Amino acid sequence: MSAIATPLAREPVLSLRGVNKRFGAVQALTDVHIDVAAGEVVALVGDNGAGKSTLVKVIAGVYQPDSGDIRFSGINVTVGGPGEAQALGIATVFQDLALCDNLDVVANLFLGREDLAGGLLNEVKMEKEAWRLLRTLSAKIPSVRIPIAALSGGQRQTVAIARSLVGDPKVVMLDEPTAALGVAQTAEVLNMIERLREHGLGVILISHNMADVQAVADRIVVLRLGRNAAEFRVEEATTDQLVAAITGASDNVVAARAERRRTDGAEAQLEEGNSDG
Amino acid sequence: MADTEQTHTVADDLADERLIRVQGLSGLVHMTWNRLRSGELGSLPVVVGLVVISILFYAMEPRFLSSRSLVSITQFAAPIGIIALGIVLVLLLGQIDLSVGSVSGLAAAGMAVLVVRHGYSELVGIMAALTVGLLIGAVYAVLHNRLGVPSFVFSLAGLLGFQGLLLYVLGRQGTINLPSGSFLVEFTRFKFVTGLTSYVLVLAVVAVFLATQLWGIRTRTRAGLSAPGQGAVLIKVGLLAVGLLVLTWYVNLDRGWSYLWLFFVFLVVVMDLLLRRTRWGRHVFAVGGNEEAARRSGVKVGRIYFTVFASCSMLAAVGGLLAAGLQTSVSQASGTTDTNLTAIAAAVIGGTSLFGGRGSAYSAMLGIIVLQAIQSGLNMVGVDSSVRFMVTGGVLLLAVAIDSVSRRARSSSGRG
Ligand SMILES: Nc1ncnc2c1ncn2[C@@H]1O[C@H](COP(=O)(O)OP(=O)(O)OP(=O)(O)O)[C@@H](O)[C@H]1O
Ligand SMILES: [Mg+2]
Repeated sequence: MSAIATPLAREPVLSLRGVNKRFGAVQALTDVHIDVAAGEVVALVGDNGAGKSTLVKVIAGVYQPDSGDIRFSGINVTVGGPGEAQALGIATVFQDLALCDNLDVVANLFLGREDLAGGLLNEVKMEKEAWRLLRTLSAKIPSVRIPIAALSGGQRQTVAIARSLVGDPKVVMLDEPTAALGVAQTAEVLNMIERLREHGLGVILISHNMADVQAVADRIVVLRLGRNAAEFRVEEATTDQLVAAITGASDNVVAARAERRRTDGAEAQLEEGNSDG
Repeated sequence: MADTEQTHTVADDLADERLIRVQGLSGLVHMTWNRLRSGELGSLPVVVGLVVISILFYAMEPRFLSSRSLVSITQFAAPIGIIALGIVLVLLLGQIDLSVGSVSGLAAAGMAVLVVRHGYSELVGIMAALTVGLLIGAVYAVLHNRLGVPSFVFSLAGLLGFQGLLLYVLGRQGTINLPSGSFLVEFTRFKFVTGLTSYVLVLAVVAVFLATQLWGIRTRTRAGLSAPGQGAVLIKVGLLAVGLLVLTWYVNLDRGWSYLWLFFVFLVVVMDLLLRRTRWGRHVFAVGGNEEAARRSGVKVGRIYFTVFASCSMLAAVGGLLAAGLQTSVSQASGTTDTNLTAIAAAVIGGTSLFGGRGSAYSAMLGIIVLQAIQSGLNMVGVDSSVRFMVTGGVLLLAVAIDSVSRRARSSSGRG
């Protein structure tokens, strides 16, 4: 408990400093920094196009940053490719899932980390392990031997999440993992995130759902237009503050809506009071 | 409590209540029918096609199904079949190699020049030919991986370039005859497995197949997963045994199975094993299905392209060497356009998708048998080769149409 209360007192397992990434004319990330400690859940929030997925892909080795330092377990590293990220112990659920439609569930779960017995694929062991992983997520998947193309959007997302648990990751990054999930599956994913934290893993969670973020995160990092906009400890942050940081103004469209609601409600009460009198 | 008791008796992979249970033979038939309807055709169209072709030619010319004819069909199908095996690999990645014919001709010419004109041993000639194949594949991989040139373009360049190189290597005379005692000629033309050896071979194959099936069932049940029933497996093995024994008896009426054909079948079986049971094969399918997903999963995509292009060109070289042995010579016509297109057509006709990520090593075998059967059938009925080209074109078109239609059926029934 006390460990969670002081997450930054410990050496972060993953630490980025001054990361820049540019796509043609778009500066997607400008001087971004982020830290994740072991046993800590960091929520990464921001508007559409804020650069969240780009940051995740830089950490996952999909994109190379133009400049900036990545430290993993206290050592400066360059993540040259997704294989290297995996070897370091960084597992990622990408927003666009990145599954192979023509392969079955088992093949997708273990792609790049196949279990071998005597040089051949150990299908039985992988299938067994696949069922175990899927059960921990309460996955509703009829068979692990059907191609991914035959699954629903939420089932695919569950498979993508289960993928991140294969192997022995130290940091798990989830880019909008619950966007397509049902109520029960969303709860399971949130439970899973808490279990990952208990097991001492660092978690980066991207979500547009503030309730989910506030339910599981220890710290919230806000990106706006590719820059660090704000950082909150979850107990300190109110939803209004978060929204203000995300949109970059206190008189933003979300606050205006809430305000309108409140005044509408007050007027209605006033009228009620008037008719009473 | 009673509930949990019950789920324990059900295998892990059958626990979902929406799974339609397969019960008995009628269930199996039903499931197969559903698979077919949803576009999972596999090798069914080509098998049906082969039966139709056989009946047609048999009606016109009963010699078509004689044991002599079967022996030579299989023998002459093998070299291009081996080239088609390489094409299957390239197609699995969603790529194409148009130059396999030229590469096969060039490799054979290189071997012939070294052996006949310069007096090197045949082993050196063969190694040189394989090296040529490997180098060409490596260059293709670099063009693809580093420069991003589409395979259609660089292999088209290869088609022309290597054909030119073939002419250059052969020089003025244009034809080189292989010496009569040559290993390649002996191996491809005069070696047959017949008599007791052939039956022992069949029994060994059946025994290995049975053993792997039973072992598979055992490991699955031990791990608490569902497994096919012993009965179904025994029926399958029985059918295989009877089929192979009858065929062997029939070809033994003539010369028996040619070494050349058995070598091809061996390559197909090994390739099938590599594709379905090894990490490399899994990665080939993954890259063919979704390259970006494969890359993000840590698959070394560049290496997969390298191994596939290199294997394809090397198999083309092997096919070229064997074709040269079978014709006892290398000429300016070796591995021309005909070879290219026949090899590609065979892979597609056999059921490997042009769209990548779907297919099997066996499609090279099935496809080349169909094409070779058409060729020798038309020869027997005494039709001109112009007709053969047209018929082959028609069959290819039909195969691609079936591929496209079944792809559409798959996407509408959720089988990708
Ligand atoms: N491959 C790319 N090529 C060019 N521009 C890109 C690429 N990927 C992202 N961008 C740009 O970078 C910016 C950040 O995109 P990113 O996907 O990181 O946003 P995000 O915060 O994940 O948004 P969302 O909430 O919609 O997922 C956007 O302006 C986008 O247009
Ligand atoms: Mg995103």
